[in-house]
Amino acid sequence: MEARSLGKVFGIGDAQTEALRDIDLEIANGDFVSLIGPSGCGKSTLLRLIGDLVSPTTGTLVVNGKEPGQARLDRDYGIVFQSATLLDWRNVQKNVELPLEIMDFPDAERPTRAREMLDLVQLGGFADHYPWQLSGGMQQRVAIARALAFRPALLLMDEPFGALDEMTREAMQQEVLRVWGETGTSVVFVTHSIPEAVFLSTRVVVMTPRPGRISEEIAVDLPPDRDLDTREDPKYFELVIEVREALRRGESGSGGQ
Amino acid sequence: MGGANRKVARAGISIVAVIVVFVLVWESYKLIWTALGWENPVRPDDRTMPHTWDIFLALFRPAQRNGPPFILVELRAALMTLREAFVGFLIGGTIGFGLGVLFVRSTVSERAFMPYVVASQTVPIIAIAPMVVVWGGRINLPQWLSVSLIAAYLTFFPVAINTLRGLRSPAPTSMELMRSYASSPGDVLWKLQVPAAMPYIFTALKVSAAASVIGAIVGELPAGLRGGLGRDLLQFSQQFTAAPEKLFAAVMIAGLAGIAFVGLITALEHRWIGANRRLTT
Repeated sequence: MEARSLGKVFGIGDAQTEALRDIDLEIANGDFVSLIGPSGCGKSTLLRLIGDLVSPTTGTLVVNGKEPGQARLDRDYGIVFQSATLLDWRNVQKNVELPLEIMDFPDAERPTRAREMLDLVQLGGFADHYPWQLSGGMQQRVAIARALAFRPALLLMDEPFGALDEMTREAMQQEVLRVWGETGTSVVFVTHSIPEAVFLSTRVVVMTPRPGRISEEIAVDLPPDRDLDTREDPKYFELVIEVREALRRGESGSGGQ
Repeated sequence: MGGANRKVARAGISIVAVIVVFVLVWESYKLIWTALGWENPVRPDDRTMPHTWDIFLALFRPAQRNGPPFILVELRAALMTLREAFVGFLIGGTIGFGLGVLFVRSTVSERAFMPYVVASQTVPIIAIAPMVVVWGGRINLPQWLSVSLIAAYLTFFPVAINTLRGLRSPAPTSMELMRSYASSPGDVLWKLQVPAAMPYIFTALKVSAAASVIGAIVGELPAGLRGGLGRDLLQFSQQFTAAPEKLFAAVMIAGLAGIAFVGLITALEHRWIGANRRLTT
């Protein structure tokens, strides 16, 4: 995915707000990139631009080698939101099958694929449960299974663990790393948690608000198989501090504070 | 299921309790007002307020000399009215659902038609009913179908409004999710919006079920249709001074018909929609 001097302005006339300005960003296949920044820095907007859920005002954006609109029509990405947005009237299995139905996968293939995905997120035993019978973390795992069910090249995640408690959150991060390792999907991950960004990513993109801009990019050169020990690795702490200072620089540099 | 049985039993007990309380209030009013010689707000005499047991017994007396008992005649009438109401309910429900879908798909059509849809409900049914009967007669519609159309006129509105509200109920992220799948408008409608709207639609259907019975009863009058509840209710209200208990008994049966219809819809709702998704009414 590649963005060149991408900009987004919401509203018209006096009510205009500039959400993003001059975004240049490249994400290679298999990358795990986190977008981090204070609220209003346009990180979610950037994610929605990639997903063609909103259109850019200026600049160019290429997703999976094509226009974002075409990439969406080609079902090149799966998306996970902060709320699981599962359909209450479908059980877990049927929720995972939803994109497969819409994308006209053969009837026989859908249940097998859904099962596979549920096994991947370790919810194999919950296929017949309904969303309201699951905890928040489990619901979010179903949402991840659903986003990956049609094997998209790219996974977009918009603060997916923002509503979860710290313990569940760490477990989910481990889960996502495992899934990422097993599927080889590229991930764009929006978060406002510094440890989460460092723990998960191959690269952390630091953004500043008003208007949203990329201030720094920090490569995370931690070993690929990360676990609980990684969280106690001095290198990990160094990177957390580096991201924190980058955020602080961005804060004072934007002049708005 | 023991829990379900207990629930039904509790509902039965509360229904009986309400009847008992109603009878007690009615009879004590008569007793006290007669003893004190009061006449306001309602005279306590047997013409204005027949004894509850007289109303009950009227059900089992012959409706006409040597005819079948009143309750049989009126239940048959209720069945006929219910049939007209049901057909009207189906027609009105379909039109209401269609309007809801149209409005959610096109804001222009909502802006254009919604004011008329709302205005249609401010025109009294007694003004609409004779027109429908006359027009229906012109095109040789069976009389009962004209009555159904009048019932449909009362039915479509709640369904249209609630369908629209229900179709708009999914969260913005759910709509974005469907967009991310590059879903067709049909898939968005049938896989997300309509299932999400079902609790709203059922709430409307319950209102509409009751309204369709009223529409059918009122519609029978200008249609001059015999054998339904409308005609009988009119006749008993004209004979009120001579035999007041008949009107009360017929009103009871009309009420029961409405309750039965609403009960049927509620049963369907409970079958199709999980308890956690039902809107409380």
